[in-house]
Order: sequence, then structure tokens, then C-alpha cells
Amino acid sequence: MRSNAYTLIFTSIVTIVLGFLLSMAVTILKEQQVLNIEIDIKKNILLSLDFAPSEENPWTPERVQAIFEEYISSLVINAKGESIEGKKPEDINPDVEGDFHPIYIKTMGGKIDGYTIPISGKGLWSTLYGYFAVESDGMTVKGITFYKHGETAGLGGEVEKPWFQNNFKGKKFVDNDGNLVGIQTMKGGVDDTSPEAYHQVDGISGATMTGKGLNIFLMNDLKTYESFFHRIRESKGK
Amino acid sequence: MALLSKKSQRALNDPLMNNNPITLQVLGICSALAITVKMDTAVVMTLAVVAVLSVSNTIISILRNLIPSKVRIIVQLAIIASLVILTDEILKAYLYDISKQLTVFVGLIITNCIVMGRAEAFAMQNTPVKSFWDGLGNGLGYGMILILVSFFRELLGSGSVFGFQVIPDSFYAAGYENMGLMVLSPGAFIILGLIVWVQRIVAKIEEE
Repeated sequence: MRSNAYTLIFTSIVTIVLGFLLSMAVTILKEQQVLNIEIDIKKNILLSLDFAPSEENPWTPERVQAIFEEYISSLVINAKGESIEGKKPEDINPDVEGDFHPIYIKTMGGKIDGYTIPISGKGLWSTLYGYFAVESDGMTVKGITFYKHGETAGLGGEVEKPWFQNNFKGKKFVDNDGNLVGIQTMKGGVDDTSPEAYHQVDGISGATMTGKGLNIFLMNDLKTYESFFHRIRESKGK
Repeated sequence: MALLSKKSQRALNDPLMNNNPITLQVLGICSALAITVKMDTAVVMTLAVVAVLSVSNTIISILRNLIPSKVRIIVQLAIIASLVILTDEILKAYLYDISKQLTVFVGLIITNCIVMGRAEAFAMQNTPVKSFWDGLGNGLGYGMILILVSFFRELLGSGSVFGFQVIPDSFYAAGYENMGLMVLSPGAFIILGLIVWVQRIVAKIEEE
């Protein structure tokens, strides 16, 4: 049997050595990890805006950065839809509630080709995070992506699959009178003959609750940005 | 295998078949269910467990005569936990996409009974070299089952292997459907049960 002093000294040494090694490793790897997260977010912004990697041109981190810099600009708006000068999306601290909302704008050939906004909210088990892209008319869906969620793979997890996301393309989230109606996922699929089909998409079988959550948080996020998109629709309408 | 002594060989081979940690000792089931929907996650998980298990076994074996027996479990856990966190951080830095899919399960290697079990049952009594082989063997024995389960789950549940579609589109056109059960946990239970059954027949194991 060893003495208590030995035990104490031994455990202290183990703790110090392990603690030192771990903090060293974390410090060294930090930069690469932050970069990965940033690239991943940029990738998703690009995906929502109709960019896609091809077999000849896979998305390396450098390529993602290059495409992003060439086509995407960003601005931060407040709830009134006004742009806040001098503020960038990177400056927003997500832990502090504030009236700051980022928008990423895709410009191609000198023309605005679409806007994308971050969306997030509760599904069934988890919070889903993604991007929702809108055509330059301010009312048609251009694309949707999810980059983080904890839904059941194969059920709610299908939100990250192309078949589900492609459903959204071309749908409208405002009605003819210009009122915000959001996008609804429909249990059992959309009835194409219904007059409401323009703002409905096929739900995921086995994931009705994920779909319901999505309907709600998507609507909330769209409300936040409504004044911004409203202005765009107004200016187009004239 | 002439490189290895008889005992090291046995330490490596035993857990692959005759004493497989999952199918015979029924350890580590939780992760076997959770991350076997797709093959690529199963392979990365295997590598992570093999790395953690062989290194933790070696370190604990080196320290086995120094570790005070009163606090040995805590010391073992501290070493295992540090290695797991290290693995998790490395995955986040260099295999970000996969680590996103593995989510909490890399961290949960800490609670994987196989790792603690081997530390306590083997590394505390054997030399570092043998403990290393034992860790490697058990890690591979665990991973083998993981990959086998994920192969069937991905094939039947998603119609693909390593993300490549193997069920031709004409099958789907003819009315074939992916088995939704396979992507859920019960699918893993069923596959795992069948594997245990087959393995016990092959290894001629009888319960007393």
C-alpha cells in the first residue's frame, strides 16, 4: 500500500502533465479548426446560392474562399431593413442579442443574383442551422441548406439531402397581395392542383415534427428580414 | 507474423474472433448503434477507437507499477479522457466534415467500456508491448463489427457503399425501396444480433 503523500503527488503530476499536453494541442489546432468552421459556413452560403462543386472542380478550401470573394458581398441590417454602415457579419457576436442581421448577396455580371440569410430553430431533437436564399425579386426561394443539426439520420436528417432542399426552389413565400406566408412543409406531399401549392413543399415521411419546426422558425426568420425583402419587392414593382 | 511473440500474437488475434469485444463481451454497443448508418463514419470511428485504445493501453501499462491502486480507475480515466479529447481535436482540425457527423460519439469513446475494460483487465497486468497489441486487437475487433454493421445498414438503408450508389436506378424504377428501418437504431440491433448469431456458430461457442 502506498502512502497518501505518494498518491497525492502522483495524481498531481498526472493532472499537470495531461493538462499541459491537452492545452498545448488545443492551442496548436485552434487556427485550423476556426478556419474549417469558416469554410464550412461559406460553403453553405454558396450552396444555397446555386453554386455547386463539380467533379472536375471539387471544393477545396482555397476554391471556396476564391468563389466567395469573387461573387459574395455581405451587409448587416436592422429590423427596419436598413443597412448598418461599417458593420460586417463577422463582427456580430451571436451570444449577444442585438438588432443585427447578416445578409449575403450574390452578384454576377454586375447584377444582383440572389440574397441568402441565416436560419435556425428547433426541429424535433435539435436546433437546425442553415441558410435560406432568395431570388433577386425578393419573393422567390432560390435555395436552402442546413449545415448543422441533430435530427435522426434518414428521417429528420433528410433536411440536408438535395431531394428535400430542391423542393424549395421556385416556391414563393409571399402571396399575391404581398403578405408574408412563409413556406410550409406538407405531411404526405403537396397537392399540385391546390391554389396554395406555391408556398408548400413535400414533407419528409417519418419527420413530421422536424417539418413543423422548420415551418415555424423559417417563418420567424423571414419576419425578421421581411422589411428588407419588402423594400426589394417595392423597388422591383415600380 | 514472425515479428510478434506468441503471446503478443494471441493478444492481437483473440479479440478479433474468439473474444470479440462487441459480439462476445457485448461491450461498446451504444456507439455501434449510433454511428453505423454510414460506412465512412464507422471507419473513422474505428480509427479513433484503435488509436485511443492502443495508446491508452500502452501508457497505462508503462505506468502500471507506479499507479497507486486506490486511485487507479481515476488515473486510467484521466489518461483515456485526455487521449479522446486529443483525438476529437485532431479530427475537428483535419477531418472536419466527418467529425461533424460523428458529433458527440468521439467524446463518448471515454465511456466506451472496451477502453476502460482493457486498461483494467489487461494493461494493468501486462507489459507495454503486449498491452499495445491487445489494444490494437480489441480496437480492430470492435471496428470490424462496426464496419460490418455499417456496410449492411448503408447498403440496405441508403442503397450505397461509402457514399457511392450501388443499387442501380433501374431497381428503384422497378419499385425497389430503401429499407427505412435500417437507418434507425432498431436496424442496427437486428444486424448486430444476426452477426452475433453467425459469429457464435462459426466460432463454435456454446453458452453453458
